[in-house]
Amino acid sequence: MGLADSVRRMADLETFRAEVRTWLDANAPAGVRTPPRTPDELCWGGRKGSYPEDVRRWLALMAERGWTAPTWPREYGGGGLSKAEARVLAEEMARLRLRPPLTGFGLEMIGPLLLQVGNEEQKREHLPRIVRGEIRWCQGYSEPGAGSDLAGLQTRAVRDGDDYILNGQKVWTSYGDKSDWMFLLVRTDTTQKHGGITFLLMDMDTPGVQVRPIRLISGASPFTETFLTDVRVPRRNVVGEENGGWAIAKMLLRFERNMIADVFKARDDRKRLLDMARRYVPAAGDHARVGDPVIRDRITQLEMDQLCFDLTLARARDRLGAGQPPGAEVSFFKLYGTELNQRRRELMVSIAGPQALGWEGPGFSDDELALTRDWLRSRGNTIEGGTSEIQLNIIAKHVLGLPD
Amino acid sequence: MALVLTDEQELLYRTARDLVQRAAPVGRLRVYRDTRDPDGFSRELWAEMARLGWLGIVVPEAYGGSGLGWRELMVVMEALGRNLVTEPLTGTVLLGATALLLGGTEAQKQAHLPAVATGERFLALAYQEAGSRYDWTRVETRAERAGGGWKLTGEKRHVLDGHVADCFVVSARTGGSETDPHGITCFLVRRDAPGVSVERLWRVDGRGAATLRLDGVTVSADAILGGEGQAASLLERTLDRATIACSAEMLGGMLACFEMTLEYLKTRKQFGVPIGSFQALKHRAARLFVETELARSIVMAAHEALDEGADDQRVLRLAATAKARCSDGFVLMGNEGVQMHGGIGMTDEHDVGLYLKRARAAEIQFGDTAFHRQRLAALDGY
Repeated sequence: MGLADSVRRMADLETFRAEVRTWLDANAPAGVRTPPRTPDELCWGGRKGSYPEDVRRWLALMAERGWTAPTWPREYGGGGLSKAEARVLAEEMARLRLRPPLTGFGLEMIGPLLLQVGNEEQKREHLPRIVRGEIRWCQGYSEPGAGSDLAGLQTRAVRDGDDYILNGQKVWTSYGDKSDWMFLLVRTDTTQKHGGITFLLMDMDTPGVQVRPIRLISGASPFTETFLTDVRVPRRNVVGEENGGWAIAKMLLRFERNMIADVFKARDDRKRLLDMARRYVPAAGDHARVGDPVIRDRITQLEMDQLCFDLTLARARDRLGAGQPPGAEVSFFKLYGTELNQRRRELMVSIAGPQALGWEGPGFSDDELALTRDWLRSRGNTIEGGTSEIQLNIIAKHVLGLPD
Repeated sequence: MALVLTDEQELLYRTARDLVQRAAPVGRLRVYRDTRDPDGFSRELWAEMARLGWLGIVVPEAYGGSGLGWRELMVVMEALGRNLVTEPLTGTVLLGATALLLGGTEAQKQAHLPAVATGERFLALAYQEAGSRYDWTRVETRAERAGGGWKLTGEKRHVLDGHVADCFVVSARTGGSETDPHGITCFLVRRDAPGVSVERLWRVDGRGAATLRLDGVTVSADAILGGEGQAASLLERTLDRATIACSAEMLGGMLACFEMTLEYLKTRKQFGVPIGSFQALKHRAARLFVETELARSIVMAAHEALDEGADDQRVLRLAATAKARCSDGFVLMGNEGVQMHGGIGMTDEHDVGLYLKRARAAEIQFGDTAFHRQRLAALDGY
């Protein structure tokens, strides 16, 4: 690559930036120019969701350009942008504080997976609908008897002509009640453990699929149980080969862990923690300062660790090509990101003191009630998506090469 | 800018690693210690470093340096840190040359920087005292006007690389009370000036240092570095830069200690299997890996910020965070390294103990984690 080439590419990129900036500013509706307060305020798409007018319009406008999935190829509805262009788009969206037009497991997990290992028919059927936010996806991995030992799953898929007949139970299905399709792992061979697993795509409206909500220690949750009774799924919905699902399952888990780690990048929480400390633990006579030196030190330590973590994610992104499946190091992002979030929630509880003890009703502000629930919910972060202990196993084996 | 090395930086790193692997095996620290070697390092290796341009990496070409960047210094420091190199870069390059670059007059820079780059001059920063611990604004050493110049009296402690320094940058009080950050002035003091005495210290990590005594040492008016009463800002900016480079060195030490320990986990057998197959050790090794990755990210970001001319507040933030992260990580690595090596790790014969010692010394050098957290909290006004 000559110097002239790289200079021209830089110039092209700046032209692109100017165009993006103008277009975003001209088209983004007012309702998407504020950061979402909860994940539920984001647009997850799907047949069952209902979203405010501005959110729907934003989705439609961005999807038309493929900018809900900027780096996916144009032939599947994506934006066809290079990694550098996608970064420019992200920077310009951040500059205007625009919400992402769409989020969810379609964009973050099954879409990238299908791009890697899906067949042409599957890519044409599913990717454009993900880009447009028409279909919301959920994940059918865990079972009552298969948690950390995921490959011990028992949900059976038995061949019947061009179909499989599914029987079994999935748990911890996030948003199972709001999703349209599920990607799931089923057992197609009972004689071998890892080699008897198949990766399937299933329409949630198929007869025999029943969804029930799960209540957590933090109260209501997006999790559901999914019961499968004689559910008929066409064989063309197998991703990869029959009995070849384990390798695909692991690849998808890396996308998932990547997504989870991303969730725990620092956002506006930094200011919130300090504001809380100044309000609940003020220094006598100086309300800008935190009165308790131990709290002050814990805040600083957390912010330092958060900065190091954010930089590590940025460094990994700089190395990784767009859309490439992340490697085993993503286990460390998941491990550390979730622990940081737990530390942050615990610190907030410590700061709020007795005001963090409310469950519902008077005497506690909405923010206080939310922080209690958020703290409880955060305990699950180091369990879901593979426990911290499983992540440590993966790092030890696949990154450090330690023997079994 | 991206947090990845360029091909040139990778090459520089490999060159530096090759040189120290060949010329500076870790075991030489025991020899220097046991023979009470006055230098505690190799002057030949120092000359080689000068020839390779490492001593003047961040010194502009106008003063005889290579005019490269902080990231180039970073990869060299990481390579040196891997082998616990004792050559006096901390005093001469990280502190001495940096202070001159930030606060020196044209004449001062011309007088010292070219000689630093060629390896002919050793410098040291004498900024700590018996009562200062990490608070270097606590200065009791006095400088009083004498004729057209100044007369310095006092004692400076823990002067890194001071045992060989030809010239010291000395902080002394020219005004204010003992704890006042204002009224501190830096002076360039030659080792051979009448009234200067230097006593070598023998440290646990094998690094050279000295106590510097000033007994009515007279210097001329042009010995002031960075302006009368202006030393607080000069010292803070100098120390932040040195702290960032020191973090790169610590990262190198951390990585070498990690790799040594990992190798041991894979090869040492007990109960008929490699001990690295035990989950109790695997999980801890995985946590140590996390420490190295986090440390690398902040170290790279801090050097990148220096290259991009970040403002002093941002430099302080990154320096404090890098040092805190590397201190915690390196100390943990040293402790775990010895623990995982078991009995052999406690012997003087094994290298892992040398890393444990350096980790502790490096943690304390330029302030420990608690100190840097307090600095950050103060910067953000809480």
